[in-house]
Amino acid sequence: MVTEDPAAPLLQMQGIVKHFPGAKALDGVDLDVLPGEVHCLLGQNGAGKSTLIKVLAGAHQPTAGTILMDGQEIQISHPVAALEHGVATMYQELDVVDGLTVAENIYLGHELASAGFTQRRTVASRTRELMARLGHPEIPPHREVGELSAAGKQIVSMARALSRDARVIVMDEPSAVLDSGEVDNLFRVVDELTSQGVAIVYISHRLEEIRRIGDRITVLKDGVTVGRNLDVADTPTDELIKLMTGKNVEYAFPERPGVPQDAPVRLEVTDLSLSGVFSDVSLSIRAGEIVGLAGLVGSGRSEILETIYGARRATHGRVQLDGKSLRRGSVGAAVAADIGLAPEERKSQGLLLDEPVYRNVTLSSFARIARGGWLDERAEKAAATEQAAALDLRPAGVDRAIRTLSGGNQQKAMLARWLVHGCEVLLLDEPTRGVDVGARSEIYDLVRRLADAGTAVLVVSSEIPEVLGLADRVLVISDGQVVHSGPAESIDEHQVLDMVMEGSAA
Amino acid sequence: MSEQQTPSSPAADNPTKHRESSRSRLGLSGATVRNLGLVAALLLLCLVGFLTGGDRFASVQNLMIVLSLASVTGVIAIGMTFVITTGGIDLSVGSVLGLTTVWASTLATQTMADQYGWIVMVGCALLVGLAAGLINGVIIAYGNVVAFIATLSMLVAARGLAELIANRRTQIVNQSSFESTFQGDLLGVPKIVWIFAIVAVAGWFLLNRTTFGRRTVAVGGNAEAARLAGINVKRHLLYVYGLAGLTAGVAGVMLLARTGAGSSTNGLLLELDVIAAVVVGGTLLVGGRGTIVGTVIGVLIFATLTNVFIINNIDSSVQQIARGAIIVAAVLLQQRFARRSTS
Repeated sequence: MVTEDPAAPLLQMQGIVKHFPGAKALDGVDLDVLPGEVHCLLGQNGAGKSTLIKVLAGAHQPTAGTILMDGQEIQISHPVAALEHGVATMYQELDVVDGLTVAENIYLGHELASAGFTQRRTVASRTRELMARLGHPEIPPHREVGELSAAGKQIVSMARALSRDARVIVMDEPSAVLDSGEVDNLFRVVDELTSQGVAIVYISHRLEEIRRIGDRITVLKDGVTVGRNLDVADTPTDELIKLMTGKNVEYAFPERPGVPQDAPVRLEVTDLSLSGVFSDVSLSIRAGEIVGLAGLVGSGRSEILETIYGARRATHGRVQLDGKSLRRGSVGAAVAADIGLAPEERKSQGLLLDEPVYRNVTLSSFARIARGGWLDERAEKAAATEQAAALDLRPAGVDRAIRTLSGGNQQKAMLARWLVHGCEVLLLDEPTRGVDVGARSEIYDLVRRLADAGTAVLVVSSEIPEVLGLADRVLVISDGQVVHSGPAESIDEHQVLDMVMEGSAA
Repeated sequence: MSEQQTPSSPAADNPTKHRESSRSRLGLSGATVRNLGLVAALLLLCLVGFLTGGDRFASVQNLMIVLSLASVTGVIAIGMTFVITTGGIDLSVGSVLGLTTVWASTLATQTMADQYGWIVMVGCALLVGLAAGLINGVIIAYGNVVAFIATLSMLVAARGLAELIANRRTQIVNQSSFESTFQGDLLGVPKIVWIFAIVAVAGWFLLNRTTFGRRTVAVGGNAEAARLAGINVKRHLLYVYGLAGLTAGVAGVMLLARTGAGSSTNGLLLELDVIAAVVVGGTLLVGGRGTIVGTVIGVLIFATLTNVFIINNIDSSVQQIARGAIIVAAVLLQQRFARRSTS
């Protein structure tokens, strides 16, 4: 299977550009993949990795650029076309069907059949061959996939790729769902595949893994290739982190007025744990202070916020507001105590998209707006309009469906919800996700103004500059542990990345 | 009637700018347009009824027959509107109604009613209905059983219990205070029609003017968002299924008054008529949008349809086919609406 000339690239992507309405996700990405190599794709959240692999998988059509396979230009116009060209993708959320057997999953969509009857015996024997090729002959073809571990499901997913004669397999953070023993196993399989000439495009945040199995690295930043075909062995970690962070889009962050030492502690979290996710997290926030949580996706930062809020029941530890303990696992208690959450997935966790703005804003404040269960719509609209004006919500009308608002204005409506309710502690999970660059500064200003008015704010963001620029104090989270805590001014992006990436190595 | 519903949400149903501008010129909201469509369908049916039945259709007497026919289904449909607005379903309402008619008309209950008045029979029916609904609610909300299965089980179990109590016999109501209170007319309109009217108006206020109604829409529109906004979603679901059971109890009282008999076969397959009326009325099966006005018109459409067929001596089998066609047509229209509003 290995090509005669090992230097001839198997897959080339040249000048890939992908525009979405209102945003450019990719702005000139190049990628060369050699046969039999493990090519690592590195980049921060939002650098364009997912968009790139979706282009490769045929889920997105590039706005410009060419893709070549064996030097021939190809069009990947739909997911099946990708498979026909020998490109298979293993997504992070494994796309296997739990209720089907191993063999049925592998041949899903290209069943071997004659006259409509599946050829069970042929399928079974080919499945056994594939499993042996992947070094897992112990997984029987007739086993139901739902009974397999995450690692087993990955093997099935890889076998499916091989059954389609895939020559390039894209793996999106495959180790994220595995424990360290399983990761070793995965790497053995990857070695097996590359020795057969299959190329792997490997996406991971974990530098240690990349050092172990990677051959070359391509670094993406803001939708552009900033590091091309770097040799894994010759490139120092420093260099990689510098490439990934580079010069960032400068956001205007509001001034920090400084929190007085005698400001009362609003929120006090002691030894909070959620088994299997994070453990022994302690933090305290003073009135008027903004504390940021920095960490990778999956480090447990969102879960920490949700547990403080009561949306998840802590297995251990306590949350106190102004010295009073909150009932565990009760959102109602948190809301009643004036804690508000603007969740990470605004659309699926925060908003009633088809309802008008004012109803979204007053959703948590019935105790204030209603008398004896009767709603006063005029009072509702007045309260919503007042906050909409204070937050400069655009368009200003509160009667339109919130679906029609931009991301930034939807986020303002979420903030308005807690302003109408009144909040002493505001928990913000990815406050600028899906918010235009221009509108971000506005959100930052709002958050700072809230803090200046005495609110204690806890912010989670994947964008480290955002955490560092907005917060007074920063906690760095890695693998469910607080690994650093200190003033935001005394730490830089590079140091944070260093901590979260090396610390999270499997 | 459709005018009444608009003030609640003039803009809620106008998700796209284009539609908003074209409608605002006429001063109509999406909900009004949908309800006008239903009214048009109802008027068309009436026209057919008048053309084919003449005075036999277009008489006050026949109108009262249609309204009486609609009342029992209608009261349950009000409760069902809340359930479906949360994105759930209650298949058990028909057999719960049967159970309440049986329980409220046993010899023991009627004897007690002779002593303490009709309130005993009514209280019995309402309590039994409420209890069945709350059991549904507990199983669905706290047991995390899908509503379809939980209420299907209740459908079977309640029918069985009704048979056990009635011993498969029909129990005649001959309790005088009950009969004098609920049978006959008030101001020329059957009393059960008054009950339907009261329940419908109360349901409209409950859905559109109270925190209970707002929570119902929120839970159906996005349960996770509702939970994170501080709404106790589980408890609310419990209440909503309790409400549906309660309306089945009210309908049980009405059926006892109309037919004068409690039987374990009362309300057989009624859940299908109820769900059809609610869905045709414009309440979304996936939840997040409910309309009491639509439900009332939906119930009236089916009652009128039945009446027109009976007046013309058309086979009831043909009527079933027509019902099926109406349901499919209504849902197809609904989907077109839903697609346009999300695009």
